[in-house]
Amino acid sequence: MKYEVIVVGGGHAGIEASHIAAFKGHKTLLITMNKKNIGDMPCNPSIGGTAKGIIVREIDALGGIMGRIADISHFQIKMLNNSKGPAVRSLRAQADKITYPQNMQKELENTPNLSILEGTVEDLIVEKNSVKGVVLADGTKIESSMVILTTGTYLKANILIGSESTPSGPHGEPRSNHLSDNLKKYGFTIQRLKTGTPQRIKASSIDFSKMQPEYGDNTYWTFSFDNPPAYKINEQQKCFLIYTNENTHKVILDNLDKSAMYGGFVTGVGPRYCPSIEDKLVRFKDKERHQLFLEPESLYYDEWYLQGFSTSMPRDIQERMVHSLSGLENAVISKYAYAIEYDAIDPLQITPSLESKIIRNLFTAGQINGTSGYEEAAGQGLIAGINASLKLEKKEPLILKRNDAYIGVLIDDLVTKGTAEPYRMLTSRAEFRLILRHDNADLRLREYAHQVGSITERQYQNYQNRLQKIQEGEKYLQETKLKITPEIKEIFEENQKEIPNITDSLYNLLKRPEITMEFLEKILEIPIDNQTKEELEIQIKYEGYIKKTYKEVEKMKKLEEKMIPKDIDYQKVKNLASEARQKLEKVRPISVGQAARISGVNPSDIAILSVYLKKEYSKDE
Amino acid sequence: MDTTIAAISTNSIGVGAINIVRVSGPEAVEIVSKIFTNKKFKNAESHTIHYGFIKDGDNVIDEVLVMLMRAPKTYTKEDVVEINCHGGNITANKILELLYVNGAVPAEPGEFTKRAFLNGRINLLEAESIEDLLEAKNENARKMAINGVSGKTTKLIQDLREKMVSLLANIEVNIDYPEYIDELQITKENITPVLTEIKNELQKIVEESENSKKIKNGINIAIIGRPNVGKSSLLNALLEEDKAIVTDISGTTRDIVEGTIEYKGIDLNFIDTAGIRDTEDTVEKIGVEKSKKILEQADITILVLNNNEKLTKDDKKLLEKIEKQKAIIFINKVDLDSKIEDLETSKKILYGSTKTNRGLDDLKEEILKSFSLEDMSYKDLSFLFNTRQISLAKQALKSINHVMEENQKDIPVDMLAIDIKDAWENLGKIIGEAYEEELVDNIFKRFCLGK
Repeated sequence: MKYEVIVVGGGHAGIEASHIAAFKGHKTLLITMNKKNIGDMPCNPSIGGTAKGIIVREIDALGGIMGRIADISHFQIKMLNNSKGPAVRSLRAQADKITYPQNMQKELENTPNLSILEGTVEDLIVEKNSVKGVVLADGTKIESSMVILTTGTYLKANILIGSESTPSGPHGEPRSNHLSDNLKKYGFTIQRLKTGTPQRIKASSIDFSKMQPEYGDNTYWTFSFDNPPAYKINEQQKCFLIYTNENTHKVILDNLDKSAMYGGFVTGVGPRYCPSIEDKLVRFKDKERHQLFLEPESLYYDEWYLQGFSTSMPRDIQERMVHSLSGLENAVISKYAYAIEYDAIDPLQITPSLESKIIRNLFTAGQINGTSGYEEAAGQGLIAGINASLKLEKKEPLILKRNDAYIGVLIDDLVTKGTAEPYRMLTSRAEFRLILRHDNADLRLREYAHQVGSITERQYQNYQNRLQKIQEGEKYLQETKLKITPEIKEIFEENQKEIPNITDSLYNLLKRPEITMEFLEKILEIPIDNQTKEELEIQIKYEGYIKKTYKEVEKMKKLEEKMIPKDIDYQKVKNLASEARQKLEKVRPISVGQAARISGVNPSDIAILSVYLKKEYSKDE
Repeated sequence: MDTTIAAISTNSIGVGAINIVRVSGPEAVEIVSKIFTNKKFKNAESHTIHYGFIKDGDNVIDEVLVMLMRAPKTYTKEDVVEINCHGGNITANKILELLYVNGAVPAEPGEFTKRAFLNGRINLLEAESIEDLLEAKNENARKMAINGVSGKTTKLIQDLREKMVSLLANIEVNIDYPEYIDELQITKENITPVLTEIKNELQKIVEESENSKKIKNGINIAIIGRPNVGKSSLLNALLEEDKAIVTDISGTTRDIVEGTIEYKGIDLNFIDTAGIRDTEDTVEKIGVEKSKKILEQADITILVLNNNEKLTKDDKKLLEKIEKQKAIIFINKVDLDSKIEDLETSKKILYGSTKTNRGLDDLKEEILKSFSLEDMSYKDLSFLFNTRQISLAKQALKSINHVMEENQKDIPVDMLAIDIKDAWENLGKIIGEAYEEELVDNIFKRFCLGK
């Protein structure tokens, strides 16, 4: 049996990778340890969040499925950062941990060209630095032209609770014992990473009356650009906000030596953005309280997720910690918090297309590349799936630039800078975040998706229709002038806004900071749909800032377009500083732009490199 | 090449008749057109010459000829503009500064040639020598990063950046972790005092730097007065040589006469001007106009008055004129009878005589004092010396001013962050300390977040 693409692992990266490869018509096999765990959410019960919500939109724009499955599997959704400006708005949904994986599994089962097999991959078939297939734990060999590894946290995983360390994947699933050793044998640098997850609490044991509820939005939202909302606003579930207190802090500080972290039992590097509660107390001594959130995991069982309380304390201390919280005095802990350590590869050993530099036709995506988060994994999985397919089709890979998408920023950061801790996306990592918005993900990416064949005709048509609506809307706003009648004058005065000139178009009025679309609609009916209005308002109101960002993009692009030949010998480039030479050899950037982002490569090195490239490689002129 | 570069391409030491300021890059024409009065210039054909004035706002800097050479038939194969201005350091530097303020960046050594090569204008052989140049630059660049800015200034800028990054990290935390409502939420109101503080400190750095630049480049001092009060004699006495023609006939000095002395380690560049008065004589009129221009560009002005005469109408006009600028009044000829009446002025008055050299040291001392440079041995020669550093600091200040304006208009915080970040990054470039992960590191250092 020979496949065109084999995907190893059924997490969020594996799902997108296998789905898109099959969608593009390639015979694909997804190998997972347990079919029932495909699309599982082993940590937080949510999809999206700041920056991450935008990644989900990008995945949808590019033909991925995370967005539309989340749309039919959540019980609360809200737009974050509404007041902080258009660049940083992002959706977050509380996804149901039962229905989300179920819907995912259904989706994959109904995907033509895709087969699913239960098994544990422990080795690769490699010939002449080229992957030819995989070897399962029972010795079975399966051949494939392309292999995508999306092994998550399963490589040599250890579960840590207090000083107790158990070799195991999440949920007590078996781990992969040999794959990472084999990868090491082929020349991969393996690093040990760590992440953690907090306690789950029985709903029936929680006194919610002592807690502050948090609601979903009163506006309908979807991640997907193609489907209408599938939920009812008033049927959304609540989450709750609580705080740690003096007693909590005392329990923790008195028992610090028992924590795995402070007791010195952990060897993996944990992420800074996901510190354990004991870490927070030690590092921020002056804080009187820390915020925690209680989120329901599912409508079909009664466990709640205690966000913010991740810890590596032993069970008895965890009991005391949880019971010190207001409303959780009698709480029953159904799952204790644990940390998990696992093997990952050094992402400097992969290219921007997510193909390995060491073994041809082998791609990696998700936590194996050193990232954290469902959305980050899914974004990479999608790109790995698209690029493995494009390679089969003998086409150039899809490499998203930093000004195209958060997914582009994510991959560029990984393959250019590497990572010493699980990498989480933040809006602050995107220097062009003003143009990488929630609202324009389709405008940014659907054209690419169409070119590489990762979306349906209907999806492309939806995008074209939207483009047309935006153009028409813009024309309308430019051509429509506000008639200044005495009544309108009064409305302006009442709202303490400057009275417009009779020649002002709606377009020009919107440029004024104090005039919003919402305000204009009090005066006249604007025949444009809400989505288009949002898009236009942002484009018009922040035109100055957007233009400035594009100017920066142009600067970057010129360097980005200067490609570095794959066979360049950095030893031959005279006068490079030795640190720069080493880094360039390790990363082997594809463009001068990428080279410039490597830490330790200075502008003078870039000048030398540019001169060298011009001299050696340009035949014309 | 993405940036537009500018530099003085003639040797500007001494008193050449003409200086050329060269600009190259995609925005060369755009930038020059912002400071050049000739409106036809911007859309004119390539390889043409244009006459007009370089202006800083309403203030005329110089009368110039501007050569327009559009890509690709230029030295760098980019758009090139060359401004032919009058000789002397002050004018060319002022024009250069204006170009920087309007978006050009200082050209690095050999950069015009480097561009010429990269754009395929010159050949391989020539390129070898550029590589050598780059090598030298590479070494220098490293040394520069260490020695370019003194410890004290570095500390000042670090402190300022610290304030900015703490503000930025706070904004970023509000954005990336909106659910953490316990953290300080940045608002229009609470951001204002922090911004004001940053702005004031930045302004101080810029001002002090301009002062410090004088330590290096010297102080430009214009000597003015109506004809025949002894301006040229004063210059001669100060220079201890007969550079200016001294006669008793009014209106003799029709050209500008310059001379430099070193006093307590600082160059004092004296510029003697034609006597300023209402005149019908054409040649003299030109001299008078020139004097007025120099007066506007000088760092400080010495107004010379005659102790032996009553104040004339011209004297009074000049007294009024210097009220608005940095100036010292020197009452000459105290060896003769005092006929001058009491002055109504806020400026410091010194008395002396160019015949007996009385009061000259006081005058030099007073000049240093007015730039707070009198006690050089105790003064830390810190601050930003070169035009590039000062222009970076100025850009940072511009960004902060913009943030403050926009904040008043209720612009959301994600937009404000753009300009604050700009300012922060520009300051980072001065001390060469910026690194990419700096902001993210700060977010996690300063705030307690996570699952």
